[in-house]
Amino acid sequence: MSLEQFKNRNVGVQHYRMLDLSHTPQTGWGQFKQVVRRTLSLELFVGLKVTLREMTKALFFGKMHTTKYPFEKLPVGPRYRAIHEMKRLLESGHYRCIGCGLCEKICPADAIRIETAYGEDQRKQVQEYTINFGRCIFCGYCAEVCPELAIVHGGRYETASEQRASFSLFDDMLTPIDRLKEQKEFPGYGSVSPDADKRIHKTPLAY
Amino acid sequence: MMEVTYLGVIIKAILILAIISAVAGFGTYIERKILAFMQRRLGPMHVGPYGLLQIAADGIKLFTKEDFIPQNANKLIFMIAPIITAATAFIALSAVPVFPDFTIFGIFVPSVASDINIGILFVLGMMAAGLYGPLLAGMSQANKWGLIGAARTAAQFVSYEVVTGLSLLAPIMMVGSLSLIDFNHYNETHAWMVFTQPLAFVLFLIAGFAETNRTPFDLLEHEAEVVAGYATEYSGMRWGMFFIGEYANMITIAVLASIVFLGGYTDLGFIPGWLAIILKIAFMFFLMLWVRASWPHVRPDQFMWLAWKVLMPLAVINVVITGIVIMV
Repeated sequence: MSLEQFKNRNVGVQHYRMLDLSHTPQTGWGQFKQVVRRTLSLELFVGLKVTLREMTKALFFGKMHTTKYPFEKLPVGPRYRAIHEMKRLLESGHYRCIGCGLCEKICPADAIRIETAYGEDQRKQVQEYTINFGRCIFCGYCAEVCPELAIVHGGRYETASEQRASFSLFDDMLTPIDRLKEQKEFPGYGSVSPDADKRIHKTPLAY
Repeated sequence: MMEVTYLGVIIKAILILAIISAVAGFGTYIERKILAFMQRRLGPMHVGPYGLLQIAADGIKLFTKEDFIPQNANKLIFMIAPIITAATAFIALSAVPVFPDFTIFGIFVPSVASDINIGILFVLGMMAAGLYGPLLAGMSQANKWGLIGAARTAAQFVSYEVVTGLSLLAPIMMVGSLSLIDFNHYNETHAWMVFTQPLAFVLFLIAGFAETNRTPFDLLEHEAEVVAGYATEYSGMRWGMFFIGEYANMITIAVLASIVFLGGYTDLGFIPGWLAIILKIAFMFFLMLWVRASWPHVRPDQFMWLAWKVLMPLAVINVVITGIVIMV
């Protein structure tokens, strides 16, 4: 590898298309000719034409760029990693979390805290589950490591609040029980890929 | 013709003041909307229907803002400088006829507050005197950006004022009068001046843009270079007065261009005169916004090069040719 490649700090492929610019006139006569040429060819009106074209496009052909943000929102990509959501089981309505604590363990920012205990049915129950969003770096490891698809990253990106705690408690993140029917099986970050069935192979047991 | 009464003049003065201030305020809304549309944005939308009440919101903001005077500023001059800009802009409008003469309640009303026989000279002189506003404001505020703005005001002023005068000299020679009423009467019998004096029209437009600090020549307050130029230290209503003055000047230039070059308030086919001149003024106003959305502004040295080495010789040649044609 030559030094030239190290010195070239431009990222990407360098296929620049050079504009066909005429040379800067050196003499006074050349400058004069350039001024006359530019004046008489009415170059300035090209600029006026462009803005008028954009205005007619915006006003009459629905090409306005503006999104009226609080009222209109652009769709967020399904793999966007915003505030977490806790999912429920669709059949029973019970929360999916099995209290394994993997998310707490993998969290590189030490933002997740989980406390579990055995309930009366001898299942592990989540006593307390909080995410400190002052520390969370939204890396997505918790959603990736969760074996039950219980914690996922949702699309709720408007995280301004008067209290940090407004987002971070288990019950806030959990799907409300009355809106269980609206809970979508999660296509985004941390979920299994759509072609997961094809990629699963039988465990070779017959040695 | 009825005598011009004191009461009539006072009523007209109040009307000019009220209407032009309102139109100047509305002009800021129009400007923001047009600029937004040309960049495919919506512009002000939230205050009132289509953002129409944005002017009221801006007015409340300007009136309630702290009136700030810097410590080392020359307080008296700092305080009167915006008044100079606003006042001269309105005084200039007193000699400008906007509508044809009309009769209301049986009283004949001439359309101009004071039909003085040096109308166009008075208007140009007043607009030129208005430049003392930015000049004194920039020099009095003990701020380097303001000082640069003031220096640019002076440089721009001496450059374009020559062009304004010389470009209007040829039409004045053809009409043979300085009264704007006579200019309008000239249009009734002759072709529009824009066809007989196209070069003078272009020169006057360029000089008019410079006179009102509109974008290709907004050297005095160009944000990217001199923060806000002469208006750096101003806030609240004092700052607002500069802008009322600027928009009033835009209207004056639009009216002047309409009357001198675009046929004034003579009837235009089936369009009555008063509507025709409103359309012309609106178009000239739109042109100023259109140009602002389209073109970058020039450097001060480029502007002075343009004014002294290109526009002034062209204006002089235009005057000489007009003179020869009139004599022959």
